[in-house]
This record gives sequence, structure tokens and C-alpha cells, in this order.
Amino acid sequence: MKKRRLIMRTTILFVLAAAVAYTLYANLTKENRMKVEVGKQAPDFVLVDMEGEKHKLSDYKGQGVFLNFWGTWCKPCEAEMPYINNQYNHYKDKGVQVLAVNVSESELSVNRFAERKELDFPIVIDTDGQVQAAYGIDPLPATFLIDEDGKVVKYHTGTLTESTVREFMEKIKP
Amino acid sequence: MKDVKCECGHVNPHGTVLCEACGKVFDEESKDKSLLDMRYEGSARRSQTYNKSIVDKIWNFFSSVKVGVWLIVITLVASAAGTILPQEMYIPPTMPAEEYYEDQYGWFGKLYYELGFNNLYSSWWYLVLIAMIGISLVICSLDRVVPLYKALKAQRVTRHEGFLKRQRIFGTSENVDEQDIAAVKQRLMAKRYYVREENGDLLAEKGRFSRWGPYVNHVGLIIFLIGGMLRFVPGMYIDKVLWLREGETKVVPETDGQYYVANEKFILENYDKDKDKTFEAAIDRAGMVVKNYQTNAVLYKRVGPAIPGEKPELEKVKEHKIRVNQPLKFEKFALYQVDYKLDELNTMSFSLTNKTSGETFGDIKINLYDPKPKYDLENGYHVEVLSFFPDFEFSKNGEPTTKSRIPNNPAFVFKMTSPEVPNGETSFVAIQQTIEPLGDNQYKMAFKGIETKNVTALTVRKDLTIWIIILGGILFMIGVMQGAYWNHRRIWVQNKNGEIWIAAHTNKNWYGLKREIDSVLSETKINIPNDQIQSEKLDKEGV
Repeated sequence: MKKRRLIMRTTILFVLAAAVAYTLYANLTKENRMKVEVGKQAPDFVLVDMEGEKHKLSDYKGQGVFLNFWGTWCKPCEAEMPYINNQYNHYKDKGVQVLAVNVSESELSVNRFAERKELDFPIVIDTDGQVQAAYGIDPLPATFLIDEDGKVVKYHTGTLTESTVREFMEKIKP
Repeated sequence: MKDVKCECGHVNPHGTVLCEACGKVFDEESKDKSLLDMRYEGSARRSQTYNKSIVDKIWNFFSSVKVGVWLIVITLVASAAGTILPQEMYIPPTMPAEEYYEDQYGWFGKLYYELGFNNLYSSWWYLVLIAMIGISLVICSLDRVVPLYKALKAQRVTRHEGFLKRQRIFGTSENVDEQDIAAVKQRLMAKRYYVREENGDLLAEKGRFSRWGPYVNHVGLIIFLIGGMLRFVPGMYIDKVLWLREGETKVVPETDGQYYVANEKFILENYDKDKDKTFEAAIDRAGMVVKNYQTNAVLYKRVGPAIPGEKPELEKVKEHKIRVNQPLKFEKFALYQVDYKLDELNTMSFSLTNKTSGETFGDIKINLYDPKPKYDLENGYHVEVLSFFPDFEFSKNGEPTTKSRIPNNPAFVFKMTSPEVPNGETSFVAIQQTIEPLGDNQYKMAFKGIETKNVTALTVRKDLTIWIIILGGILFMIGVMQGAYWNHRRIWVQNKNGEIWIAAHTNKNWYGLKREIDSVLSETKINIPNDQIQSEKLDKEGV
């Protein structure tokens, strides 16, 4: 009798505690619950760069991909661009590709920006926001590091310093 | 802990105040009282006596109504605190919340932010409070409904003298014949009492299900809370806003790139006082009154596999005029009209003009979402767009920059080339502002006009929890009605020491019970029983 009561009460309390714990967990992680999780396969996408060349993420298997989302009005994006460019030139022959995805701006704005900043890496424009939606981008700048197997190694938001960019490239060097 | 065996033979759980079967008083304290506390039938509720393990201690904590009431009070106070200043989701996105609160409300705002009240309703401690109320609800109910159910089920017709005597309504009569008893029984049954008979004793009972009202109500509340909890489960609840310019087609968020929606036209209609004469006075008083917000939308479904970024192949699913409360529905989704922006800039036109003669050499029309780098105007005239700032402002160091990608305040740096000036002239053109940074120009870009488009905002809503919440709400109301509109009444008619004893109990509305007894006993030799609490103001015994 007493034992049954204890089992009963423990079970009920356990069920209630589990429900509460789950709710708290789900609520507290909902802000940083990413569409794209570290350790998982990065969603594939196809975008055309400013030279008219197609870039498909899955075609870069075997190389590390430094995937950066940016906008011309975004000051921190602007600040990190030269660093990314420098490191791109250093690592492009070592199997690290940079793809800079602009968030739905006009070709003119992007081209002028790239000219002014003298950017060498391929820039693609996600005109209708499909890739941003797939990666759940917010806020800018956002950087994903994708390894040679197409898995996300790291997600970073906020400005990068030159040394962080180097560190990141080193991380995904095959 | 030992069970208590009553002299009537019934075995009661430890802690029982009144024997479940015959009502004999066990509790020493109650024996001295002239009236019984009938709450929960004197059953061994919430087992205050068991306090052995940690599980029992937690259980007993949540089983206390006092604790439950305090939890509710604390939650109320906390909820009220969250309304003193606006929550973070409602503040304008002009500056970080950290600065905003101090900037707007001074030290109090700063404190408010630092205490985390800016996101109070989703803070962990607030959720813990709500969860504790939920737990208290479950345990309080379980701890009361089970013993109450058992006690009411175990009750026998024949009751102990001490039980009957201590009922609020009680009376004795002598020289009653069996015909009277039979008549009383008939009348009770006519009044829809369920009458049980045992050795000539009667127990008439009705409306017992009213006692379950509070518990049905609590079950409803718990289901309601579960519905609320399910909103946190991914995929159960989606609430997003989608902004769409006229002519634009965008992917519907959270549909895995399966659905696209196009805004063909956004319409805002006002009441016209010439047409709607009825409203003339009201319109004169209130000014513009909106009659209709409408988005003519087209829903598309993607054909074939989806790789984000690829131009999707779309198949039209349906057209719908989205109006307030007339959403476009598909699968489990609904698109509601929620906001709009009229006349967003879409194109700007300029004429290349000679400043002195005023002669023009062709017009250019610039699509602000896709400006071209160069516009040719024939005869050796052309205009290049050197820079474009869709949402122009001067940065802190005086350079022109853009605040966003939306053309709220477009500005251009043009290079105008003409046969007279083959190397070109540079001009900075913003709305109502022209700067010629490299000295006086012969030509200018004269502003000709704009084209605008309306923008609509649609709420993308998917809610799989709503039916659970509605079910909880319905059960809640059923419980309230069950407990409020019915009474649990019992009348005992029993032979004791050659007399007929009458006792009665109800969980509320004693007046109604007394009237019923009066009419049942009329024209019999049975005396009308007394109300042992004569004073009206004490007539509030609950549950």
C-alpha cells in the first residue's frame, strides 16, 4: 500500500518534472535554435556570382567552404571584408573556398561595393532570400564554416578579426 | 501507518475524520463540536500524516491549497510588473534594448532591464512559476478527488448517530408511521432524488456529479496549459511576418521552400461618405475610416526538388483575396493580413538637363531595386551610376552611406557624359538635394517623378495547438457550470431509538434544500428539521 503510493507519487512527479523541464529547455533554446546545426550537413544551394558563374555548395566537396552572409549597409560586414579577402588569397590554393552571399541587394550596390573594397572572392546575391531562409540568417554578418565533407563545423555571428578569419580557414583546411 | 477500522466494519485510510461508510466521528476535536466540517466528506485528504520520504514532502508541498494560492498571487504580481514598462518585443528597433530602457526611463528603466523584466513572460523563473501552478493544480486535485470519490462511493445508507446529529439540518420526530416514510420516499423520487433503502432507513441523494465540477475544471486548465506548452515544440506553432511588395513572389517561411506567395495588388479602401450616407455623421467626426485592407494574393507550389537559390519552377495553387479575418489557407497554414505600407518608392525618373538652356537630352527611369550601372541616351549622351544609396544618410565621418537596403531615401552619384564634357561630370543627387563635389557642372539630373508600390505584410500562422487549447477551455467551462449550477444534496431519513431522525447536507444553497425538505415533509407527521446555524451570514460553507 505504502509502496504503491510512493511509486504512484514518484511517477506523477517525474512526469510533471519532465514536462516542465522540456518546456523550459525548448523555450530557452528557441532563440538560438538554428536552422543549420553544427555537426550536421550544410543545406545545399545554387547561386550565380557577379561574373555569371554558378556556385553549388555540394560541388565544393573535398574543399573547406567559408560561407559569409553580408550586406553593403552592414558596418561590421564591411569591416571584416578586407580580412576575408586577404586570407582568401592566402588559402585559396590550400583548398579553402570563400562564398560571400549578399542578402537581396541590387547588383549595382554589390558590384560597386566589391570594386571599392577590391574583393577577389566570388560574391553571390541571394535575391529572393531562399538561401537566407534555409540557413535562418539573422543578424548579419553570419559566417558558417563547412568542412570538406559538407558538414557545418562552426557558426559565428558578429565581426571577425583578421586572426579569427585565419583561425577559421585553418579549421576547414582539408 | 495503520488503517482505521470503524465499529460499523468499514476500514478507512489513516487520517480519516469521518468513517466513509457510516459517518462515525474519529477525530477527537470534531467530537466536541456540535457541527461537522463536511469538506471532502472528512476523508483522509492530502495525507498530511505521511511525511516520510522526499517524494512525500514534495507531494505534500504541492498538495497545499495555501501554497497554490501563494503561487497564484506571486504570478499575478510578477505579471503586473511586466506591464509597467513595455516588453522588449514592443520597443522600437532603433537602439539596443540595453540602451533603450535607460534612455527612455532613466535609472528605473536600467533596473528593469537588469532584472530581466524586459522579457519577463518568457523568462525561466516566470515559466517555473506557471509550471508550479500547473503541478499544484494536478496534485491538489488528485489528492482531493480520489479520497472524496472513495468516501462518496463507500457511504452507506445507515449513518452513525453522531454523524446525523452534527449535520447542519437535523430534526427528530416521534410516532411516525410507515405510510409517512413511504410517502416521503415517493416525493423524494418525484424530485429526482436517487433513494436507497436499508433496514427501513433512507438515503436520498441527487446532484453528486456537481462535486466533480472543480476537478473537471482543473482538468480543463491542465489541458489548456499542455496546449500552451506544446507551442514550444518545433513545428507545432508558427507565427512569422512576411513583407511582400506588389508584384513580388516570395517563399513562405517555414514551408521548406515548398510554397510561394505573390502579392498582385494591395488595396486600402476608406468609407466614402458620399456613397455610404448612413455613416456620414460618423465619418465627419472620425475623419478617414478604413473599410478594407486587402491583398490580392496568389499561392504557388514548387514543382520538383528544391535547392535553395535555384529559380523555382512554380505551379499555381490558388488565388485569394486576403482580407482581415479572411486568410489564405493551405495545408495547416494560414496567411493573414496584418500590416501594410503605402507608396514605397519603386522607381525614380530623371532628365539629363542642360543647366543654362534648360534643354533635356533624354530621360532615365531607375528601378530602385535593380539600378543599372549605365543608362545610354544616344547622340553621345550617357549617364553612369557611380554609387547608389537606397536609404541614404551621412555617416559620422561625413561620408554618404546607406542605413538599409530598402529605398526609403534613395541617393545617387551620377556621372553625366555629354559631347561637351566627354570626360563626364559628377553629381550627387538625393531627394531635394544636389551636390556637385567637383565644381560647377553644365548638366544636371532633373528630377522627373517617382513610381511607388504598396507593400503588404502577412502573418504566416500555423497553430496545431489551438484545438487542444479550445478543448481545455470547453472543459474548464463545463466544470464551472457543473459545480455552479447543480448542488449535491443528501437527505437521511433514519430510525434511531424508535424515533425518526432527519438530517440533510448540501454543498451549497441551503435555502433550496430546506424548501425541498419542507415540501417533501408536508402533510406527514415528521417534524421539519432545524437549521442548526440560524444566522444567515454563516451560510457560505463551500465545496
